[in-house]
Amino acid sequence: MEATIEQPKSTINVKLIVPFINSVRSVFSKMLNTTATVERPAVKSVPVPQYDVSAIIGFSGEIAGSVVVSFPKATAIKVVAAFAGMEVDPDGPDFADAIGELTNMIAGGAKKDLGVSAGITCPSVILGSGHVIARLRDVPCLAIPCNSALGAFCIEVSIKQVPATA
Amino acid sequence: MKILLVDDSRTMRNIQKKILGDISGAEFAEAGDGVEALAQFAGQKFDLALVDWNMPNMDGLTMVTRLRQSDKTTPLIMCTTEAEKARVIEAIKAGVNNYVVKPFTPESLTEKVKLTLSKAAA
Repeated sequence: MEATIEQPKSTINVKLIVPFINSVRSVFSKMLNTTATVERPAVKSVPVPQYDVSAIIGFSGEIAGSVVVSFPKATAIKVVAAFAGMEVDPDGPDFADAIGELTNMIAGGAKKDLGVSAGITCPSVILGSGHVIARLRDVPCLAIPCNSALGAFCIEVSIKQVPATA
Repeated sequence: MKILLVDDSRTMRNIQKKILGDISGAEFAEAGDGVEALAQFAGQKFDLALVDWNMPNMDGLTMVTRLRQSDKTTPLIMCTTEAEKARVIEAIKAGVNNYVVKPFTPESLTEKVKLTLSKAAA
């Protein structure tokens, strides 16, 4: 029997979430040379991401939905510096580029482990507090709080399996 | 040795340059998508190209397919988040010589590049 997290009107299949946890650990270990730890996920009902620097990638195909990786600005600055190997101006284009590429790796790694045929969009990066993410209405969102030596951040996974058509 | 880095992320191209800068005599050129990469190939010869898969304007698979119509020999490494076996097979059929999955460690990228270059020289 599959483990599920209950939410009014819908459920989240935990099998869809674990690949994202494994992927973020792998990306932080290989590209940032540090460890990411994960806390207890919780269902999220508001469309505002946890923090003020967010990257979003959409999925289509055998899964549909999106993943958002959200950082406090101070953490994002440290994460980008560790990734790029140098300080990057948070107001310049390279900052969003780096956050987007990291999120791309997290989404790509998760997609492989999900074992589904799916396409992913190029990442969109949103800077500024209080921004709203529009997600699929019928797909619940699970927020996965993460920690690292570079600071706390959050992954918000909102995906569903798409039934095969005959 | 001239290496073309094809990736829409400038950060990723900088990371690759930093890692592969240790290869003796390495010089780098950059392209942000497949269209730019084919334009670079039209004007000069490269000893190696690292090619991302998902890029705007022209993706890496299309770029490799088109390049291989006229250039059968330049070593090409697909460097991408696309990690499924079916994707790897698709890229090899299109003509890449090797495949690196992002995220990678500096050691794994260097090893794949050196292996690809030594096979091409044999």
